[in-house]
Amino acid sequence: MTDPNTLSPPSLETHVAARDETFLDTNELVINMGPQHPATHGVLRVILRLDGEKVLGLECVIGYLHRGVEKIAEHRTYTMFNPYVDRMDYVAAVSNGLGYCEAVEKLLNVEAPPRAQYIRVILTELNRIASHQLWLGTHALDIGAITPLFYTFRDREEILKIFEKYCGARLTTHAFRIGGLQYEAYDGFEKDVKSFVDFVKPKVDEYEELLTTNRIWLERTRGVGVISGKDCIALGVTGPVLRASGVKWDIRKALPYANYKNFDFEIPTGQNGDTYDRYLVRMVEMRQSLRIIEQAVAGIPEGPIMAKVAKVMKPPVGEIYHSIEAPKGELGYFIVSDGSTQPYRVRVRPPSFVNLQALDVMCRGQLVADVIAVIGTLDIVLGEVDR
Amino acid sequence: MHDFLQQYVLNYLDSKGLTPGGAGNIFWATVYILLVFGGLSVAVIAMNWLERKILAHMQVRLGPMRVGPHGLLQPIADALKLLLKEDIIPAEADKIIFWIAPFIVVLAAFTVFVVVPFGPTHAITDMNIGILFMLGVSSLSVLGIVTAGWASNSHYPLIGALRSSAQMVSYEVAMGLAVVSVIMMTSLGSIATGLYGAGNIGSQASGTLSMIGIVQAQQEQGVWFVFKFFPLGLIGFAMFAIAMVAETNRAPFDLPEAESELTAGFHTEYSGFRWSLFFLAEYSAMIAVSSIAVTLWLGGWLRPFPGIHGPSIAIPHIWPPADPTAPTGALDFVFALFPGIAFLLLGAMCFYNVRRMPKHPLFKIQTVGLAGFGAVLGLIGLIMFIPPVRDRVGDIFWFAAKVAAFMYLYIWYRGTFPRYRFDQLMKVGWKVLLPMGLALLVLTAVFAMHGELWAQFTGAGHP
Repeated sequence: MTDPNTLSPPSLETHVAARDETFLDTNELVINMGPQHPATHGVLRVILRLDGEKVLGLECVIGYLHRGVEKIAEHRTYTMFNPYVDRMDYVAAVSNGLGYCEAVEKLLNVEAPPRAQYIRVILTELNRIASHQLWLGTHALDIGAITPLFYTFRDREEILKIFEKYCGARLTTHAFRIGGLQYEAYDGFEKDVKSFVDFVKPKVDEYEELLTTNRIWLERTRGVGVISGKDCIALGVTGPVLRASGVKWDIRKALPYANYKNFDFEIPTGQNGDTYDRYLVRMVEMRQSLRIIEQAVAGIPEGPIMAKVAKVMKPPVGEIYHSIEAPKGELGYFIVSDGSTQPYRVRVRPPSFVNLQALDVMCRGQLVADVIAVIGTLDIVLGEVDR
Repeated sequence: MHDFLQQYVLNYLDSKGLTPGGAGNIFWATVYILLVFGGLSVAVIAMNWLERKILAHMQVRLGPMRVGPHGLLQPIADALKLLLKEDIIPAEADKIIFWIAPFIVVLAAFTVFVVVPFGPTHAITDMNIGILFMLGVSSLSVLGIVTAGWASNSHYPLIGALRSSAQMVSYEVAMGLAVVSVIMMTSLGSIATGLYGAGNIGSQASGTLSMIGIVQAQQEQGVWFVFKFFPLGLIGFAMFAIAMVAETNRAPFDLPEAESELTAGFHTEYSGFRWSLFFLAEYSAMIAVSSIAVTLWLGGWLRPFPGIHGPSIAIPHIWPPADPTAPTGALDFVFALFPGIAFLLLGAMCFYNVRRMPKHPLFKIQTVGLAGFGAVLGLIGLIMFIPPVRDRVGDIFWFAAKVAAFMYLYIWYRGTFPRYRFDQLMKVGWKVLLPMGLALLVLTAVFAMHGELWAQFTGAGHP
């Protein structure tokens, strides 16, 4: 539109005339969805190219929640940076903390004591359930079922209460420290966790009752946003999305960290790689998490909760990549140490960011309503995508 | 004036056959228009409150609690807020159409009530093409929605309007087919006349389109049409019940205003009073289509089991009613007590909740208010036991109760179902409901013409 001779912007008249010319006979409708939109889970902006209601293609615009977390890390000591990771995936802050702490522990070549490991597993798995509950509520809300949201939030509250009692915070918990835990489990921690497990088991059935065999839910999710296992691997997609496509990859089993190898649990996989399979996989994962929690609570050993770590940490020169299975997929930390008190570089591999790449592949040829369903099923958190 | 009034009351007592508006009486038509639209506005306000409370309780929360006892005054506060809000018209909108669109929708939704019979004598008018008028006028609202979406000159409203027009047009077909099956059923009786209706020629009568006539046919055949030719009537009713949800753009067919997809659909760009007109129209339309369903299948103002009266009983000063043509059975008496009992129960519910209110001094006004509201409801209930009142409110009560049941269903749907996708919605409309409707039409026609076939088929008597 810019005049190539003068390089001046087009006058308003030409601009309006050009638009009117194309307004009626255009077949493609370009719609901007977000960053203020009820279903984009925060500040994701999606530019849709539509043919009627059919999606011809889409483009994600991210960065509206960029806070430069990785850069901040370079100006903080290892300990000081720990609370910042909670602000990435703020619905699964405990997992973020676990990944970071373990990465630095690996760099320091220390290991958290067994008691701390058990409490870490319990809190992380509780957080996985909380994250999946939030996903389920918002996903169902996007598809139009408004009631599950309130059920899941009611039950998620119980998890947050445990977090609050344990470390004083509900969302951005900063629950773990490098080398173990700062706080001993409070009195009645085991009892609270056990009663939560008993409380939430029938509740998961309740969610399933509303949705799993609901005709409309089936029609809205089956065959929607299909992605093959091959595509998932090519795009680097991990977590429940990958497993729903039939690839049995879970870092808790594949490269055990913390003390997951001590627990007996199964990795659910899907076959079709559609939204319904991803839904089922996450529902089973909630139940499996409860299994892990039950075993962990039964087997908490006595002992110290903190390994011997220097007050001023100076990890040896070197680099480390450590990843854990966060609720949304592989959460990796790549830390380069130059031997000083501050990391030279921290690079986070956030699952949401990588999974979001698959949105275009999953949405092509589908309808507008499916884009919403697919954004929901990818379970992205923009705080983590943008960092 | 006084004479006229007296004459009218006498007429009313003498014959139940008189429709005030139907007689072409401008005065009574005006009175009924005011009554109906006043009542409708109150119903929409009540519906607003009820939807929020019922939905809230389904979703383990409380809903509005602050404005008035249990949030009873919340709709009024909301209405005030909407009236005071700035009326924004987007710069690029087509101003005149943007301005008119909400009025078209409201007009269509309200005009439908011209032919709704709240009782044998309670209607603004009784047209001989009543049901046709209703279907025709209610489908005009799509015009308002399309113009609203177009005039906004914005993408989301445009898509919402396109969806809405396609949806409403498709589901009207299924709706129409279900309605025709009922009209065939009305031809079976002998006095299905309405005021101007055809019929009245033995068992091979030609049926009626008059709303009052349709209910009279059910009264005369002693059965609600939902149970007629079981399960044919039920299928037709179910089809209509599905189609009417789609027609009013409510969950699970609320695609035109799908919040998670199109922010607010066709009324995204509207604000303040104009937005509230869309809201008013949506709820009036819900009540309107429910009234159609109630009139056509659930016996309109008739009580449950209209064909069973039980033994005749007499209690001095209380029963039978003054109207000599009214039925005098024991069952009639029991059902005549229902309106009073219902209001007493509502009052009792208020008093029960008074006990549960917080005992904080700041809640005193609310507690007293709730008790007062309960007292008013209870008083209404008591008044409804007085024989002359009792005999006059029965019709309206049963009609309103049935419509209210539909309203509850609407809320229940919204709390339970996810939303259909557009192509699935079309599939349901054209590939499921339309063939079903055609088959239903043929079957009903066969049985309506040849009752003996139905008798053979079921072993029952001639209908």
